[in-house]
Amino acid sequence: MDKLNIMIVGVGGQGTLLASRVLGNVAIKVDHDVKVSEVHGMAQRGGSVVTYVKMGKKVHSPIIEKGEADIIISFEELEALRWIDYLKQDGTLILNTQRIDPMPVITGKAKYPDSIEKKISNNYKNVVTIDALEIAKQCGNIKAVNTVLLGLLAKSTGIDKQIWIDSLKENVPSKAIEVNLKAFEEGYKG
Amino acid sequence: MKKLMLGNEAVARGAFEAGVTVAAAYPGTPSTEITENIAKYDEIYSEWSPNEKVALEVAIGASIAGARAICSMKHVGLNVAADPLFTASYTGVNGGLVIMVADDPGMHSSQNEQDSRCYAKGAKVPMLEPSDSQECKDYVKKAFEVSEKYDTPVLVRVSTRISHSQSIVEVCDRSEFKLKDYVKNPAKYVMMPAMAKKRHVDVENRMADLKELSNTDEFNKIECGNKEIGVITSGIAYQYAREVFGDVSYLKLGMVHPLPDKLIKEFACQVKTLYIIEELEPYIEDFAKTLGIKAIGKEKLPVIGEYSANLISEKIFDKKIETKPVTDEEIPIRPPVMCPGCPHRGMFYVLKKLKLTVSGDIGCYTLGALPPTQSMDTCVCMGASIGVAHGMEKARGEEFGKKTVAVIGDSTFIHSGITGLIDVVYNRGNSTVIILDNSITGMTGHQQNPTTGFTIKGEPTKQVDLEKLCNAVGIDRVRIADPFNIKEFEKIVKEEIQADEPSVIISQRPCALLKSVKFEGALKINNDKCKYCKMCLSVGCPAIVDKGDHVEVNEALCVGCMLCTKVCNFDAFEKAGE
Repeated sequence: MDKLNIMIVGVGGQGTLLASRVLGNVAIKVDHDVKVSEVHGMAQRGGSVVTYVKMGKKVHSPIIEKGEADIIISFEELEALRWIDYLKQDGTLILNTQRIDPMPVITGKAKYPDSIEKKISNNYKNVVTIDALEIAKQCGNIKAVNTVLLGLLAKSTGIDKQIWIDSLKENVPSKAIEVNLKAFEEGYKG
Repeated sequence: MKKLMLGNEAVARGAFEAGVTVAAAYPGTPSTEITENIAKYDEIYSEWSPNEKVALEVAIGASIAGARAICSMKHVGLNVAADPLFTASYTGVNGGLVIMVADDPGMHSSQNEQDSRCYAKGAKVPMLEPSDSQECKDYVKKAFEVSEKYDTPVLVRVSTRISHSQSIVEVCDRSEFKLKDYVKNPAKYVMMPAMAKKRHVDVENRMADLKELSNTDEFNKIECGNKEIGVITSGIAYQYAREVFGDVSYLKLGMVHPLPDKLIKEFACQVKTLYIIEELEPYIEDFAKTLGIKAIGKEKLPVIGEYSANLISEKIFDKKIETKPVTDEEIPIRPPVMCPGCPHRGMFYVLKKLKLTVSGDIGCYTLGALPPTQSMDTCVCMGASIGVAHGMEKARGEEFGKKTVAVIGDSTFIHSGITGLIDVVYNRGNSTVIILDNSITGMTGHQQNPTTGFTIKGEPTKQVDLEKLCNAVGIDRVRIADPFNIKEFEKIVKEEIQADEPSVIISQRPCALLKSVKFEGALKINNDKCKYCKMCLSVGCPAIVDKGDHVEVNEALCVGCMLCTKVCNFDAFEKAGE
């Protein structure tokens, strides 16, 4: 692997920060240079959030530009639509089929776009959908959505599974580890 | 050992390794994690100060007393701390003194995008600027050496993308710093005219010496490549430039004040076309121009907003990235919102209902200016709400004043709202001030403050009694209200704005994200009872959604705070899963 650019997009509060921590840790374990960039503060609070993870021999800019992402994990459908321009033409979108209405939709000022997966699939051929919320519920904690998605991501990167599991263990509080490992395995199955 | 660290975490590590023993700060995005991480080291006394001015004064005191001290803030925090900064430049230091300042180009979480480099120039203190986490750590350590060698506070400037990017850091051990002797020295530490006049001469001499350092030290280095193009840059802009220009020649500046005149001239002579790439102000460019150097910079690149590699290559080389849009429909924006269960929501519901003029302040509650509540009229800076309300009343008269309230958070009130309140009392104002006491500093991610009863390290301490504090400055009418008891809250607001004297309402309910806050669990709507009157939508909760012909609760978001049940006239909300 020469370079791997991964974007994690979603809604503030969905647990994207843990996902980026685990990812960064994985990169160190496989001895790559890595940069993980995210924005805290006002940008969270239920707003649109994006994390950039870049690994490779040498990483300069921490930010992934349009058309540069190998993989985008989207925690939410509308956010996938918002950031899809950043995916390489042959890149992979991992799409969690969860929908969180933004304020303009809630107040009736805007409409939540329909058939998002289909629209994206017209332009990009590698779209993998998953109902991570349902899987997380079955695993025993709806907060494990992020770990389910990490499982699916792990499979898409081709990086040794054990490295992911080790990294997960280092970044999840011990009382939550069991649920998260289960969620990871379920995600890995795809 | 290699570790992946946020820039802010690396700054903290640098302070630790440099033997720092005193750290003070006021939280502010994107600087907050610096001091949060410092507080994890038992070897370092650390504190959240009431504001940045106090934080810097604490650090100055520690430095004069012989310790290495660090003080951290966001860019606008340096405005608050500017007064001690400009004179600490004259007193110089005893133990090393480093001031971290975090700029926010693009205003991810700020009210302006001022460029802190101008402060280094104005206050005549050196400024370093790291470009990744490793440099954050290294520069902070070196900053202490520069501080002591040149008898000066040292500013270290980071920005959002440096502070909040993680990159690899080689971690070292701590070198204990032996407390320097403290010797009385009024000529150096008592700045009154006779002493300050002499110290100003020292400051000018020091800056001349520092210019020499800037010209020779490895902070500023030429990276030789293709000489057709040369790029002068620093900080995060260096990383973007590397992506855009590739194998050309770079003059990477790690010390941005004073700038290295000789080195810049030398570099400019070596290359054919010179670019200067810097976010915000043409700070390096203006300096280069005074040296008679021609360079391409702000004539092509903006002074507004954050840069990226794409933006630079678009503006400089006219290279546009073409992507085929997936859809031509408009993608709804997703602005930040108050969380489900947020105590501020009930208060804004009332303020909107009463159609009041609301002077606002800095915190999560600033979101009250956005739809759906849209009930905030002004937001200027930390603590401004009270002075602004007072000024409005003095300009438009008492009747207008009786339709006006100031809204300010507990931490912001202590930061600089209290002086505004004293002004209202002293100058016979009539304002009503609502202090939002949510038991924590919310916006920056839950920091303790003087009203919470705990220190940064979680030790119990005296708690400021807001009610008594307001009484003490001369407010006789202080009311405590629960913002989730909407009816009672409305009644209290109506009474207080009508009162012929200034008053304070303490809106008391903890932040919904605090671990100690437990709600009932998600609600759902009973469609047999719901009349689709949309009253519940008026509270503006992100978990309640208008589906066009009915209303739905998003159970994954709803926490069960029950606020919506208080505006529903048909008992249509019930516990989900029942």
